[in-house]
Amino acid sequence: MEVNVEARRILAVSISKLYASRTQRGGLRLHRSLLLSMVMRSARDIYHSSRETEGQTSEEPMETSSKEGCDSEITEDKENMSPTKQSRKRRGKASAAPDFLPSKRARLEPGEERYAAPMGSWRFDPPPTHIAHQGADLHQRSRDRGITGTMVQALRSI
Amino acid sequence: VACGAGGGTSDVQWCFSQVKGAIDDDVAEADIISTVEFNHSGELLATGDKGGRVVIFQQEPESKNQPQCRGEYNVYSTFQSHEPEFDYLKSLEIEEKINKIRWLPQKNAAQFLLSTNDKTIKLWKISERDKRPEGYNLKEEDGRYRDLNTVTTLRVPVFRPMDLMVEASPRRVFANAHTYHVNSISVNSDCETYLSADDLRINLWNLEITDRSFNIVDIKPTNMEELTEVITAVEFHPNQCNTFVYSSSKGTIRLCDMRASALCDKHAKQFEEPEDPNNRSFFSEIISSISDVKFSHSGRYMMTRDYLSVKIWDLNMESRPVETYQVHEYLRSKLCSLYENDCIFDKFECCWNGNDSVVMTGSYNNFFRMFDRGYRQDVTLEASRENSKPRSVLKPRKVSTGGKRKKDEISVDSLDFNKKILHTAWHPLDNIIAVATTNNLYIFQEKLN
Repeated sequence: MEVNVEARRILAVSISKLYASRTQRGGLRLHRSLLLSMVMRSARDIYHSSRETEGQTSEEPMETSSKEGCDSEITEDKENMSPTKQSRKRRGKASAAPDFLPSKRARLEPGEERYAAPMGSWRFDPPPTHIAHQGADLHQRSRDRGITGTMVQALRSI
Repeated sequence: VACGAGGGTSDVQWCFSQVKGAIDDDVAEADIISTVEFNHSGELLATGDKGGRVVIFQQEPESKNQPQCRGEYNVYSTFQSHEPEFDYLKSLEIEEKINKIRWLPQKNAAQFLLSTNDKTIKLWKISERDKRPEGYNLKEEDGRYRDLNTVTTLRVPVFRPMDLMVEASPRRVFANAHTYHVNSISVNSDCETYLSADDLRINLWNLEITDRSFNIVDIKPTNMEELTEVITAVEFHPNQCNTFVYSSSKGTIRLCDMRASALCDKHAKQFEEPEDPNNRSFFSEIISSISDVKFSHSGRYMMTRDYLSVKIWDLNMESRPVETYQVHEYLRSKLCSLYENDCIFDKFECCWNGNDSVVMTGSYNNFFRMFDRGYRQDVTLEASRENSKPRSVLKPRKVSTGGKRKKDEISVDSLDFNKKILHTAWHPLDNIIAVATTNNLYIFQEKLN
């Protein structure tokens, strides 16, 4: 929980910094924007994966038997997952957009959920216990993958 | 064992010499010092500021009356190097802040330096005038032409002494070559060419030619979404005119040889230290970004500065640095707060002393650190108005990291993160250092007996 709160706070701080940097004299600084985006990506990865874990823990009795199957299915694209399983994960708090994100962010309509893949496919990792002990995995992903989402919009303007 | 000029910290005691700049606590943004550089002889000391101005100080010759003191630095020339500009195509203002100054080696009576803002590099000539022609035949002393009817004799003007005047004139303007923000410039040992680097590209210029430059490094990906690192600094080797290095935001340094090919996208050597997995955090990537790279005077080593440490690399070994010095390790547990207050993005510079035995870099609370490579000692000193009595010896400072704070120690939470020393310079031959706080320039000298 703490990890999630921390990740969310860092995400909020990062987004406000990114928006503030658009208005500073001299224009957007590429180096700074890149570093901000890296922190945002790490925070977002942790935030989403800890929310997934929350969803996972609450439905554990129903899913333990099919967890093995889940792993390989999840690495396939999400379109092939059964809609019912998908919607179980996404109901309630998880389906609402996080409140610190700007209101213009695209929201998921109920019928579109099964096409949603916020970060592409990923393996189910054990829930993180502390930000500092994330291990190589998350950071390796963030290192390999380029910038996405709002950062692209910001950087394309350069 | 090095003694005398450029000696180790165990020999040297530092004294306050001078401080330049306003005393007010209220700092005008234009007065914020953004770069400090000694020339090759150490006689001249240049500073650049956020307002686009360059101020050059000149060392007075040593006085026979006070052999204990090396000469003081007094203002020699001040000029407006860059003005704010507006890029109409992108609707962006181009800041006039001077990012870097580099001196050219002196070839004749005049001095030359390169100064750069985010987009444009300029070559300035600083020359002295101490004579002027007087006694024109057709002109009055004030320059007005005389009525020809009053001219009855012929005379030839002669040069007569006048008060020394120092003039700075822009001799070259190197513009429109950088899409991104210029972060460093470096003059080649051949004295004919120089490099300028922005976030993604490095250009090679000839000092005589302003209308074109040669792009030799380009790390811009075809798809900007795949961008993972930027160039943070570049420097030519001090005596091999074909070799230069550039550092990146990922903590790597690449050495390139211009003889190998025209485009230096492929490096000859890559220096990188594997990350310690125990130190992993959210902010690992930010703190590993290199903010400065400097070759030793010998050319055998290079030094890099990242957020928490200074590393010395042997050019013959790419796998890890030969020495690592922790500048302010006590900040590692505070990275989240430093991210929130933006301090984690501060770009500290570093410098070598004349004989490469000591390195220096800045920190917060107006502290700066020196690391003696030979004696394996380090010292923390402070640049403050409280310690500014002439020739007063600077007392070493200490930051307490444990629970118990000893007397005279300062706790991490009491550090003033608005008082940062980003720019320092060391005289190339003597133990004289220039340390820039936000808007003041401190000059310290070795205590001589």
